[in-house]
Amino acid sequence: MLAAIGVSDLEALFRDIPQEIRDRFQPIGLEAKSEMEVADALGSMAARNDAATRVSFLGGGIYDHYVPSIVPNLLSRSEFYTAYTPYQPEISQGTLTAMFEFQTLVCELTGMDIANASMYDGSTALAEAVLMAERLRKKARIAVASSLFEQVSRVLDTYCWAADIEILRLPFDERGCVSLETLPEELSAVVLQTPNAFGVIEPLQGIKDQIGDAMLVVAVNPLSLALLEPPASFGADIVVAEGQPLGLSMGFGGPLLGIFATRDAYVRQMPGRMSGRTVDADGNVGYTMAAQTREQHIRRERATSNICTNSALCALAATIYMASAGAHGLRHVAALNFSRAHQLAKRLASMEGIELAFQGEFFNEFVLRIPGRAAAVHEALSEAGFLVEPSAVLEAYGLTDALRFAVTEKRTVEEIDRVVDIVGGVR
Amino acid sequence: MKTLFDCRCSEYVGGLYPRDDEAMRSVDAILDSSLVRQRPLRIPHLSEPQIARHYTELSKLNYGVDDGFYPLGSCTMKYNPKLNEDMARLPGFAGMHPRAPMAFSQGALQVLFDLSQYLKGIAGMPGVSLQPVAGAHGELAGMFLLKKHFERMGDTARKRILLPDSAHGTNPASAVVAGFSVTQIPSDASGMVDLDGLREALDDTVAGIMLTVPNTLGIFEEHILEVTKLVHEAGALCYFDGANLNAFLGKARPGDMGADIFHFNLHKTLSTPHGGGGPGAGPIAVSEILVPYLPIPRIVQVDGQYALEWDAEHTIGSMHAFYGNFLVALKALTYVLQLGDDGLRQVGENAVLNANYLQAVLKATYCLPYDRLCKHEFVLSGKDLADGVSTLDIAKRLIDYGIHPPTVYFPLIVREALMIEPTETESKESLDRFIEAMRAIAEEAKTNPELLKEAPRNAPVRRLDQTRAAKQPVLTYPFPEDA
Repeated sequence: MLAAIGVSDLEALFRDIPQEIRDRFQPIGLEAKSEMEVADALGSMAARNDAATRVSFLGGGIYDHYVPSIVPNLLSRSEFYTAYTPYQPEISQGTLTAMFEFQTLVCELTGMDIANASMYDGSTALAEAVLMAERLRKKARIAVASSLFEQVSRVLDTYCWAADIEILRLPFDERGCVSLETLPEELSAVVLQTPNAFGVIEPLQGIKDQIGDAMLVVAVNPLSLALLEPPASFGADIVVAEGQPLGLSMGFGGPLLGIFATRDAYVRQMPGRMSGRTVDADGNVGYTMAAQTREQHIRRERATSNICTNSALCALAATIYMASAGAHGLRHVAALNFSRAHQLAKRLASMEGIELAFQGEFFNEFVLRIPGRAAAVHEALSEAGFLVEPSAVLEAYGLTDALRFAVTEKRTVEEIDRVVDIVGGVR
Repeated sequence: MKTLFDCRCSEYVGGLYPRDDEAMRSVDAILDSSLVRQRPLRIPHLSEPQIARHYTELSKLNYGVDDGFYPLGSCTMKYNPKLNEDMARLPGFAGMHPRAPMAFSQGALQVLFDLSQYLKGIAGMPGVSLQPVAGAHGELAGMFLLKKHFERMGDTARKRILLPDSAHGTNPASAVVAGFSVTQIPSDASGMVDLDGLREALDDTVAGIMLTVPNTLGIFEEHILEVTKLVHEAGALCYFDGANLNAFLGKARPGDMGADIFHFNLHKTLSTPHGGGGPGAGPIAVSEILVPYLPIPRIVQVDGQYALEWDAEHTIGSMHAFYGNFLVALKALTYVLQLGDDGLRQVGENAVLNANYLQAVLKATYCLPYDRLCKHEFVLSGKDLADGVSTLDIAKRLIDYGIHPPTVYFPLIVREALMIEPTETESKESLDRFIEAMRAIAEEAKTNPELLKEAPRNAPVRRLDQTRAAKQPVLTYPFPEDA
């Protein structure tokens, strides 16, 4: 090969890199290891993650759901996971068809007209939604419920700072729901999350009428929508979600799945990849990336977003998950979440000195107030091998002595009994 | 193409979750009727075998790296070791909640810490953040860092980002999302940044330059040190798009070239796979001056314990909900640990060897607009091959030969571009097979151009009507009842 190139050694292939730069090169000081040794080393690191073996009541946007075997099994087909973004549609019909299915499933869940083929995660999906609302309304100001998950709010702050968009915080009322009483005019968007950081379901009825010309942007838990009327029915303009509850492992918070849906009218302002149905030269149905003229590789500095990839494999996981469950299965699992969370909440809140922090309706997550004993309860649960978020997380929202519990279908009646026993034993 | 909505429904038997009739009743009893879903979900009930067959069938309509040669320029479609996948499925990693207490997450935090250290070493730069989850996301984080830096310095007149005309489309788009305007600077006759053009463009309104090294022609900027020096002298900073790191892995470091920000594409250089369009990961490395602005949280090691650090006065904030794409970072760590320094160097050497071999042989048949030593990729032009035959025709004909086409029509400065990146994981046999196919296609272009025009014939579908998909987008399944 060197002869065909016309050089005598490999080093000659690097002579265009200035000598000064090559001379400064330092290795990272790492010796090669065999596959067996690496598997062993990483296996030991995995074993140091005690959290993975504990019973989790953690939530806050990421939930310990059961992932059916079929999901990772089909995802491990290398035709899916080693392919690139489907720039050559004729040999990417698998990815493109699944993306089209995903978009359809997202529209079914959210009730919206169109969806993209996914974004990085729920937090960046929300940030992109706000940027889109700003492109359409150009008021340089948005109002955001202060009951967003903290990690979502943090990312939104970063993007809005960079885009010179001012954020006004909307307070929450005694039910834990957003209060629009102080809503100013001249907003590009009003941003809500439901269920919110307290687990409370926001009653969306009537909100659209109160916000004037501002776009209504709603972040949801997609699994809750198997039971709840979708935001589209209440006039939402953009619906975003963290898709992790739909068959993705928690993976220490990544990769995740950003869901983004909106109305037909805004298709040209939508960020991200989309798969569209078309026909081939013989008139047969096929799929290809659609409305690409919005995108950076064509439009460059005038693109609707800088996004190049999406979270395709995670979207495929969610697609296979939803397809496996079907409509009934999704309602079934959502109902298990609802029912177990309500069982635990009811039993704990009936104890002396413990109450639900808010009276609003909830799905699979709720906040308890335990005056004087929250830290002790947390410690007792932790010692018994249960993971519950410390009260510090909620102090950021101005709540003291509060603990948040998420209960998924994986939590058994026995585990719920034990939590009740342990909490009851804390004086 | 059949979708799941076209499959025949099976009866719902509910085998996934425990039966609990009380659960459904409790929803009806407790949930306020105004909140209850009225419109039913239209998701068919399919049996597990139906699901398995449907998605297996779809997978067969795809082409992945395991299927064959995938010389997609700028995308580094190297082989993805299977160990990566297995490590990411270990329950001790996959089952980790991101809010778990740090004391119970030491293994996961160590993964993040160790990879950060290795990335600092590879970049030759003192700061790293693993938070960006894609190359374009890394670019955006980098642009945010620049913005924050000049904001803090009170130098808010710096609103422009310079870009060579060969830049990836994400570069200008990222700069604009961060509130900058972009100024394009020309390439010289040899495809490198035109130094006079650069001097002319530089002034005190420039925040930075975004460079791809080597550039998208696969050419190393021989004047890179002059370029970064000129930019620094003008008070601006240098962003390096790391899409092409495979070209100098184990041979050179961006920190030694004057980079202030460098983004990695773990899915390209460090083999974590592309997933059909994500999830990838786009960590950034930064020079000393930008360390204070890195995203939070940061991973630190204190007294042998790994921890997340949230306090950082000048940080840009967070780019992602948690710590970036952890499982992707884990795959990259798996890869780096297996290769070690020797392996990393061999990646760079063989990637460049393979590309130069293909370039040297193929330039006898195809037009090579920039004929010089290339790095990990090179760009041919499909113009002048034969009358009426386009680069798109060549690309589609390659599909008939069982080969994934190269990147086409990019970079924009080459007419009818074919951007070819073989990567280091291809054998000479596979490169020679590609050469044969390319030669055969060149011959067909002259003798039987219809074969190219009508390609692909040997694919699940024939050429698709892109205009229709753009002009009348059908983005969801057309349920008959909606018509």
